Amino acid sequence: MTEHAKVVIIGSGPAGLTSAIYAARADLEPIVLEGEPSSTSDQPGGQLMLTTEIENFPGFVDGILGPELMANFRGQAERFGARMHSAKASRVDFSGGRPAIWTSDRPGGDDPTYTADAIIIATGARSLMLGIDDELRLVGHGVSTCATCDGFFFRGHHIAVVGGGDSALEEALFLTKFAESVTIIHRRDRLRASKIMQDRAMANPKISFLWNRQVVALHDEGGSLAGVTTQDTMGDARERHDFTGLFVAIGHAPNTDIFKGQLEMDDLGYIATRPGSTATSVQGVFAAGDVQDHVYRQAITAAGSGCQAALDVERYLADREP
Amino acid sequence: MSVEIIELNDQNFDERIKASATPVLVDFWAEWCGPCKMIAPILEEIAEDKNGQLTIGKLNVDNALQVARRFEIMSIPTLMLFRDGEPVKRIVGAMSKRALLKELDPALAG
Repeated sequence: MTEHAKVVIIGSGPAGLTSAIYAARADLEPIVLEGEPSSTSDQPGGQLMLTTEIENFPGFVDGILGPELMANFRGQAERFGARMHSAKASRVDFSGGRPAIWTSDRPGGDDPTYTADAIIIATGARSLMLGIDDELRLVGHGVSTCATCDGFFFRGHHIAVVGGGDSALEEALFLTKFAESVTIIHRRDRLRASKIMQDRAMANPKISFLWNRQVVALHDEGGSLAGVTTQDTMGDARERHDFTGLFVAIGHAPNTDIFKGQLEMDDLGYIATRPGSTATSVQGVFAAGDVQDHVYRQAITAAGSGCQAALDVERYLADREP
Repeated sequence: MSVEIIELNDQNFDERIKASATPVLVDFWAEWCGPCKMIAPILEEIAEDKNGQLTIGKLNVDNALQVARRFEIMSIPTLMLFRDGEPVKRIVGAMSKRALLKELDPALAG
């Protein structure tokens, strides 16, 4: 049976939960489709669930743990009456009158789980994998999608982190607590990361760099990662390294697959919003956070746009009243 | 009434696994693992649903590094199903209850 809601929020990272706090306080009784457990960033709470200390979220002088911050967001949204539904949106239909949403816990149903007067999409972005042979098979056997979950098991190992942005350096620095050495493999000759993270990484004696190289093959022994082959991005020289752990932080892609063909998107698949607004190309559908932003991608900017989306929804619904 | 979930560590692991009349699903977890916390309530539900058919055992890797090493755990959460003291199934990573049962049920039946 289909339930009708004033507002359905898809996603439960900083953008989704901030919009839930504002929408709940505006008596819009939002339903939050918070996602399903996973060991990737595609889980309730989003990307911050896989981080440790957050040092740059304002209001926390001494920092706060990512999962703790997200538990606070969630508790605050629930306090004002937001309803959490632990499922993913599996299909949407924005072509008719009211937007309709089907959920992962009701597979195969003809009727949508929800229809809504307005929808806020805050599905965020996911970490990219390398996309090379054996990568998925070796997840949990040396290849990791979650440094905070798995770092502990690499005590004494020689491991590598792929990437050159803040996420890569954060993971590398975290992993030095356990690993004997951490090699950062980057396809360019300079890092994208912020100055403070670069300084920390360069100063850490356990961290070294392989510049202008990309990982082209993984090798395993007895089902566990035993080495990787890198190739020079300038030429074709290949080299094998005996890394027994590999952590990938090469960037993100928006979680917009289920919206393809229904909403305008940019070339990279991020949802297009009207300048100065969170409104998408479909009336009554709004987007906030990393799903519509590949420039800033911070918890605080996501939270800010989540607030904007809730205010936009509030105005949109008020204007529609007869 | 809530079903008992057994606490496992390096000292009691072999004895408790062998002594169990039902298969044991061991949850390798730790306090510092976010995804582990997300699946904890799902495992409690499964313990209730499959009471008498399956026992859930929690193994905090901080207290049981030897057992974790022996089974070459390199990622948590990892769930391992033991029948008659022998490992018969390994499930790596957090997932929904539905996805977990899809992995678990055939192994329990088999």
